[in-house]
Amino acid sequence: MSRAETLPIGMPSLSLFRSEVTTTFRRWRTLALLGVLAAVPVLVGIAVRIETSRGGGGGRGDGGGGGGPAFIGQVAGNGLFLVFASLAATLPFFLPMAIGVIAGDSVAGEASAGTLRYLLVAPAGRTRLLLAKFTTTVLFAFAATLVVAASALAVGALLFPVGEVTLISGTTVSFGEGLLRALAIAGVVALSLTGLAALGLFVSTLTNSGIAAMATTVGLLITVQILDQFPQLSAVQPYLFPHYWLGFADLLRDPVYWDQIARNLGLQALYVAVFGSAAWARFTSRDVTV
Amino acid sequence: MAGNQPTSEVQDFEGPARRRRKAVRYAVPVAVAGVAAATIGIGSALASTGDPDLPKISAQDLIAKMAQSDTQQMSGSVKINTDLGLPSLPSGLSFGDGGNKGEGKKGGSAPSPQSKLTELAAGSHTLRLAVDGPDKQRVSIVERAAEYSVVRNGDEVWAYDSSSNTVHHSKAPEAQRSHGKGAKDDVLPKDLGGASPQELAKKVLAAADETTAVTVDGTAKVAGRDAYQLLIKPKADDTTVGSIRIAVDAKNGVPLKFTLAAKGGGKAVVDAAFTKVDFGKPGAGTFDFTPPKGAKVTEGGAAGHDQKADRDHKADHKDGREGGLPGMLGMPGTDAAGAGKSKVLGKGWSSIAEFDAGKDAGSALNGKGAGKKSAGGKGGADAQALLDGFGTKVSGDFGSGRVYSTRIVNALMTDDGKVYIGAVTKDALVKAANAK
Repeated sequence: MSRAETLPIGMPSLSLFRSEVTTTFRRWRTLALLGVLAAVPVLVGIAVRIETSRGGGGGRGDGGGGGGPAFIGQVAGNGLFLVFASLAATLPFFLPMAIGVIAGDSVAGEASAGTLRYLLVAPAGRTRLLLAKFTTTVLFAFAATLVVAASALAVGALLFPVGEVTLISGTTVSFGEGLLRALAIAGVVALSLTGLAALGLFVSTLTNSGIAAMATTVGLLITVQILDQFPQLSAVQPYLFPHYWLGFADLLRDPVYWDQIARNLGLQALYVAVFGSAAWARFTSRDVTV
Repeated sequence: MAGNQPTSEVQDFEGPARRRRKAVRYAVPVAVAGVAAATIGIGSALASTGDPDLPKISAQDLIAKMAQSDTQQMSGSVKINTDLGLPSLPSGLSFGDGGNKGEGKKGGSAPSPQSKLTELAAGSHTLRLAVDGPDKQRVSIVERAAEYSVVRNGDEVWAYDSSSNTVHHSKAPEAQRSHGKGAKDDVLPKDLGGASPQELAKKVLAAADETTAVTVDGTAKVAGRDAYQLLIKPKADDTTVGSIRIAVDAKNGVPLKFTLAAKGGGKAVVDAAFTKVDFGKPGAGTFDFTPPKGAKVTEGGAAGHDQKADRDHKADHKDGREGGLPGMLGMPGTDAAGAGKSKVLGKGWSSIAEFDAGKDAGSALNGKGAGKKSAGGKGGADAQALLDGFGTKVSGDFGSGRVYSTRIVNALMTDDGKVYIGAVTKDALVKAANAK
């Protein structure tokens, strides 16, 4: 109820967007998700630190390529790599799960709380409301990615030496350029989650149960991630939204290898277009009774 | 639009107009998906057509153009697809394919360039090359969230494996080029460099003689550049090589694409093509390498151990030693033998290398009683079962043996330890063995 009361009357879309953002980011659920995401780099950093000191110096190298997330081998030598390692560790599941929760909840959550029809009474229109919901989810994707990156940078700088960065191609760049690349990577990671955000929004318009929408979105994510593993399905895999997610690592090559990043962003744009318009078609033509 | 939104009051009146509007709305996502699918389809259709219109050129001129090509500086990406038809090994015994990166590095040894090379023997890989004169080269294998690079700058050779953060350092012997395969303990830059279309093409040209038909077969566009296609077809009947196609840059004669097709048809055995190429000077920092902090560095001397381990891998493509890419195995003109006690039977495409692996080896591999026991217990039996899975038993005047085959290279190992290997059919191998 209080949700509807906070809405100004006759608002332009910007204030609608602003009120969406404040309600989303003020929720305990959102803050808890961000907290969990911030804790991942801390855990990874401490684990690597313990492993390194036990192995006596920089002995992390051997066997490092055998398992664990990408870049974990370089963390002990340069704290900045904790950013890349943490993003690589959270991207397959933690980050998209958080997006799935926020996106799935966006419309269906309002419906199940009974606040959706109050939102629709305001003359902002359903299309605008949907846009505001989607933008908020995308904003959350950026916030979540930045939280992981910032936490990883802080932990990395605290526990490990920082300095010149050796890219995965073997060329060395200054720490400043390394930071810039880290920022670009965070941006690419956030953008690679937009396809899932649109998918979640569409699912969210299908049902009146917030829990069902979240579960469906996260379930779809897991299913698609599994499908992406089967070599027999290699023909369709380039069209699955998580297929190029780890391609963000290409920003760490020298020269940067753009092919996969471009393909990833194109694919995300396609998902946003298809599922965004599907969500629009569903939401603007459906009956809202609750 | 906002005013027309349905509200809860109209829920019971779903008139035909509303239903139509609903249908129109749902058509939007369908149309978007359709347009995207069409664009992808048309895009790939367009990419495969549009061969450039170039003045006619004779095969000889084209080869001369390649030979004269003095391009010293280039950089670009190469896509290599290989389908040698190697038997797929159970995990843990891998040839070193991408999934098992940890394999063989567990002992803390350096990233071995040879095991990386065998990785290229199967599947699809992207390489990035940069060349600046004879002293500065760089080859990287692009992996998922990792990269394996070999950088040569003067006489320093670095191999860096970012997935395990290990570095291998060695000195490039100055006489390396003139020595050819004498520089066995430092094959890094040469072997990996051999994967460039340029090197591959040179090898093939050296092999061309009266046994081979060389023609110019139309034009193609490779990496956005106009190219002539050189078609090389062996005349011999008993070789497994169907044809070799080399796309040569029409301007500077640099080979841009190399395709090796098996006689049996199907997918190309080796398909290496530039997807991007630039003939400008590569960036200055490209060939600099400093081992990152915390990385494990091994010096060149340690390579011996790796090499020994890798020899097992290479057992069935011994003659690939010169060829660089494993796909070149058995290519005539690459000196098949190397070792002292081997000899080459036949000529050109049908040449077969013969060498003696020793009686024990023969019987052990082929599962004759004594050999099996000496291989020792269960491990030996397992290995035996594995080998049985690969080879097919053959017999002839020479006795009996086992044929190990890939799509291009076949090898016959007789029970008395003779090995015949070549890019020829099984029958040709048996015939060669019988002739002894």
